[in-house]
Amino acid sequence: MSEINNQNKKASWDRVAGNGLLSRRHLLGLGLAGAGGLVSAKVLAADSSRVEIPDWSKRPGRDPSAYGNPSSFAGNVQRLAGNPSATLPGSGVSRTPLHLLQGNITPNSLHFERHHAGVPDIDPAQHQLLIHGLVRQPLRFTYEDLLAYPMQSRLYFLECSGNSGANTSAQAGDSSAAAIHGLLSCAEWTGVKLSTLLDEAGIAEGASWVTSTGADGASMGRSIPLNKALQDVFIALYQNGEPIRPEQGYPMRLFVPGWEGNVSVKWLTQIKLADAPANFRDETSRYTDLLPDGRALQFTFPMGVKSLITAPSGQMLLRRQGLHEITGVAWSGSGAIRRVEVSADGGRTWADAHLEGTGQELALTRFRLPWLWEGAPAVLQSRATDAAGNVQPTRQQVLAGYSPANRFHYNGIQSWAVSAAGEVKNVYA
Amino acid sequence: MFTPELRTRLLTGLVCLLPLASTGLAAENTPHLGQAVSEDQLQGVDLIVMPDGSGLPPGAGTAAQGRALYAQQCAACHGAQGEGTPGVPALAGGSTTATPPLMTVGSYWPYATTVYDYVRRAMPPTAPKSLSDVEVYQVVAYVLHLNGLITEDFELNRNSLPAVVMPNRDGFVDRSQVQKASP
Repeated sequence: MSEINNQNKKASWDRVAGNGLLSRRHLLGLGLAGAGGLVSAKVLAADSSRVEIPDWSKRPGRDPSAYGNPSSFAGNVQRLAGNPSATLPGSGVSRTPLHLLQGNITPNSLHFERHHAGVPDIDPAQHQLLIHGLVRQPLRFTYEDLLAYPMQSRLYFLECSGNSGANTSAQAGDSSAAAIHGLLSCAEWTGVKLSTLLDEAGIAEGASWVTSTGADGASMGRSIPLNKALQDVFIALYQNGEPIRPEQGYPMRLFVPGWEGNVSVKWLTQIKLADAPANFRDETSRYTDLLPDGRALQFTFPMGVKSLITAPSGQMLLRRQGLHEITGVAWSGSGAIRRVEVSADGGRTWADAHLEGTGQELALTRFRLPWLWEGAPAVLQSRATDAAGNVQPTRQQVLAGYSPANRFHYNGIQSWAVSAAGEVKNVYA
Repeated sequence: MFTPELRTRLLTGLVCLLPLASTGLAAENTPHLGQAVSEDQLQGVDLIVMPDGSGLPPGAGTAAQGRALYAQQCAACHGAQGEGTPGVPALAGGSTTATPPLMTVGSYWPYATTVYDYVRRAMPPTAPKSLSDVEVYQVVAYVLHLNGLITEDFELNRNSLPAVVMPNRDGFVDRSQVQKASP
């Protein structure tokens, strides 16, 4: 390790914030001054054994298959699934392994799940979508009907309103990024704009809310304002190019971009226009945000601006000192991500991370920043800013607004402590 | 000449200003495959009960009639007195300002109609929609009675249920038109 440190001292690192944060310019093709030093250290440590041709290069591999699977060596990349509920069959969650993924797209098999009565096995030929209530002509659509309509494809994040709620508890749990934040995914969704179907039925005078009901055992329902429904809401039929998965609502789900995941009703079968919200159980008893005075906020739809570092993150171990890439995802229900700052000293100093891509609205944005870890304890944080100017709040700022019992819409800054031994832990800082 | 995109934007803009009107989107671009149905045809599948009572079916029930049904269908998970069991919500008692808060039908739910709506569509979890409309009136009456909101012989029906005064009726702040997530 002293070899590396000597090399690092010689190098002209472009340090931009405390505790080893390096300029994002290093990621922009402007060269990583000092990288040569690390390469030299590695070369000195290299062993001199011969490089061999591996066995799998000496025989044919397996045949093509109808539907692919990940490598058996990547079998650890799995959702974090809870135990089945004894009292509410099928109810529960599985969480996306954010810390094991890269880029912005969540593979379909790893998209998070939240069900209220399990995953129904729906025959699309038997399924129907009803549109009624305050419309001029109630209509019934089959799955096949919808496949014939003009479609749109968009990359959108989906986040459960209860995501990250673990970090509202009094003690910071020693948990992974998936366990805390894994009710978050991002996919390319394709489907038919709801406005197209509402136009066909004809919106009657007085309609101002849209209720949606699923065909699951819970017949879960939610209400959204009609103005949002006409803006960008659509009926999703495809997820990352293939028919949406049963656990995402096959054969069709409502998709409400940027808003709490629960309103994107899965297994969608009924859309009813009304002059008021239905006040379903899941928009009164649940998914309402308790305030310190005992009242509660209702219909708090958009997800707040938020980010987290996915690597290094909770329960990981940094096995060597030297150059690491800090990376993570940022998103907001109020528009595109414009800026992500990273701190390695618990928020005392910040550096701008490099944002990949153009910052698509209501989708995950991947950020990166090089970090030179020299063995000192560190607290890694990220702070996102969206196009509307909203800045991700601290944990304390979020908690101050709510009852201690509230678990919904938590978007506080995540802190990962790195010990001198390289152990990464969830902390409140 | 408007481009299709600009035209859609203008129309969407109009719709946002006049949410009561038709979207007026270019109908010629869609195949119009929806089949006409009548509200009568949908009565069996439309389970929505609104706070004003619309959607409530005929029939009636009292807490006295619901007592045995509750014991049989609900008590194993929700407790004999609605006190809840580990992992299952309590239905009665509680307070939103206690430490910790306990949010129940009596202390939190703003509308009695929601209890009917939810029980009919989702309860019991092992066999949702297995209760008859009258049985739902009975068991909802029992839950409201456990909370001291109606007497044992109060008859719940489509007229009396929406009129039950829920203690936390004014405990919610509607944020539906606010586009930011923080309070």
